[in-house]
Amino acid sequence: MCRPPRVHSPRGAVILLVATGMAMGVVLGACGGDHDDTGAGEAVDGTGGAVSGEVVVFAAASLTDAFTAIGDVFVADHPGAHVTFNFAASSELATQIIEGAPVDVYASANVENMARLTAAGATAGEPTVFAVNSSAIVVEKANPQGITSVADLADPDLVVVTCAPQVPCGDYASRIFANAGVTVTPDSYEANVKAVVTKVALGEADAGIAYATDIAVAADDVDGVSIPADLDVVAEYPIATTAEAPNAAGGRAFVALVTSAVGEGILESFGFGSP
Amino acid sequence: MTGTAAAERGAAARHRRVGRERLPVPALVLAWLAVAFFALPFIGLLWRAPWGAVGTVIGRDSVRTALWLSIRTSLTATAVSIALGVPLAWMLARGEFAGRGAVRALCTLSMVLPPVVAGVALFASFGRRGLFGRYLDEWFGVRLPFTTAGVVMAQAFVSMPFLVLTVEAALRQLDRRVEDAARTLGGSRWYVFSRVTLPTIRPALVAGAVLAWARALGEFGATITFAGNFPGTTQTMPLATYLALETDPDEAIMIALLLIAVSFTVLVALRDRWLGGGRQAG
Repeated sequence: MCRPPRVHSPRGAVILLVATGMAMGVVLGACGGDHDDTGAGEAVDGTGGAVSGEVVVFAAASLTDAFTAIGDVFVADHPGAHVTFNFAASSELATQIIEGAPVDVYASANVENMARLTAAGATAGEPTVFAVNSSAIVVEKANPQGITSVADLADPDLVVVTCAPQVPCGDYASRIFANAGVTVTPDSYEANVKAVVTKVALGEADAGIAYATDIAVAADDVDGVSIPADLDVVAEYPIATTAEAPNAAGGRAFVALVTSAVGEGILESFGFGSP
Repeated sequence: MTGTAAAERGAAARHRRVGRERLPVPALVLAWLAVAFFALPFIGLLWRAPWGAVGTVIGRDSVRTALWLSIRTSLTATAVSIALGVPLAWMLARGEFAGRGAVRALCTLSMVLPPVVAGVALFASFGRRGLFGRYLDEWFGVRLPFTTAGVVMAQAFVSMPFLVLTVEAALRQLDRRVEDAARTLGGSRWYVFSRVTLPTIRPALVAGAVLAWARALGEFGATITFAGNFPGTTQTMPLATYLALETDPDEAIMIALLLIAVSFTVLVALRDRWLGGGRQAG
């Protein structure tokens, strides 16, 4: 199996030790969250300079498809650059950034998580709201349970899933239930909005609350039932570059693209509204 | 009499000398490097812990609910693993049948599977729309996703191989002649298994059960995928920790420390009680 290298001489032992120590040092350094020296493209600074290197973007799970498309445009505009995305629950990403993840751009599905970052001094400049999103009821294809309203979800026989209250889409769901004056007891609080849609797409849940955009992307597997505007809570998406961005110029260029007419057009094609 | 006692003392003294013999220095340094590698993350966690909030977090109903659920489900999963895993290990160690290697690989596949994939596999088979799950639902009205039974199933699915592999290895190393002797002396198959085989492999069985239990207690991916996340029914400690991390890292750290304290206590206690504190074995 995994046999350790055999040490024949004291000198061999020392070499082995030094090598192991260096390997450990590399591991510890890489995991230490110390990212001051990871400057991809650090030679480039100021707004006028060319954008190159890796641009790391942390974005809400609901932005997965729209931002991937924007990323393609970004790389076409800046041939020397490439974009690395991390899509997850906005709250999870905010925690990772506060803990020192080396990130250039953060886009959240609500203003609260961006406010957490700003309060922690982790953003550079004022965040900009670049899109809005609405929620909808996600149901199985062809809506076999005949769900037409938020009130229908109170039926205890239905398997209903929402995001966890700690996640923006879960917060929106509970506010929608409150607006509709119904008590809905979900069967599961999912970790992010994609998990909600997946549970319904697999047929394991009858219905859930998700963003209209996520339902649109999964239109082959699920259907959506819209929520009346007076019950819905509009989700605002702010974006900002981070205070300790390893590639600040790249981050600013990415934010500029997202907030440009081109970015807005792409976002609209995925169902997002303009702020 | 006295001669034998003296010989035994001599043997014991020799044994002690051997036990006290120094390890080569490079190996010793590497060993302590390994200890540091395991200890530092816990020290970091203790350093980050908001000790002022201990009382409020541990006193919280949601935390106690998750802890109690974790203890119940992980112990049930361990019981299931023992009940099914020991016969499976016995069959793999002693059975002579075609495709035994394939069966062993199949039964330990869930160890190397990313847990989330294990969860999806459970959906595909035992979900409400799964290959078998649909009949469970149709014929018996049994639904496993989003239930506590689903949590136990996910935990047993990923943790049982640890017990199976440990027990199978012990059965293979067992001196078959002892069992043969018991059989020759007229012991029934069951008598020999329960009175000769099982007591002999007890340390391996306990070690395997502890490994399986520890894996079940920490199970996250398969659980959140297959069983979902609901307080009191399916939200175990690892799930509660993960979601708390979204908004309140302090609370997450306290929950994690609580889980670590429980695991550590059980591991130490079990070692002293069942493995003779390491002295007998050494």
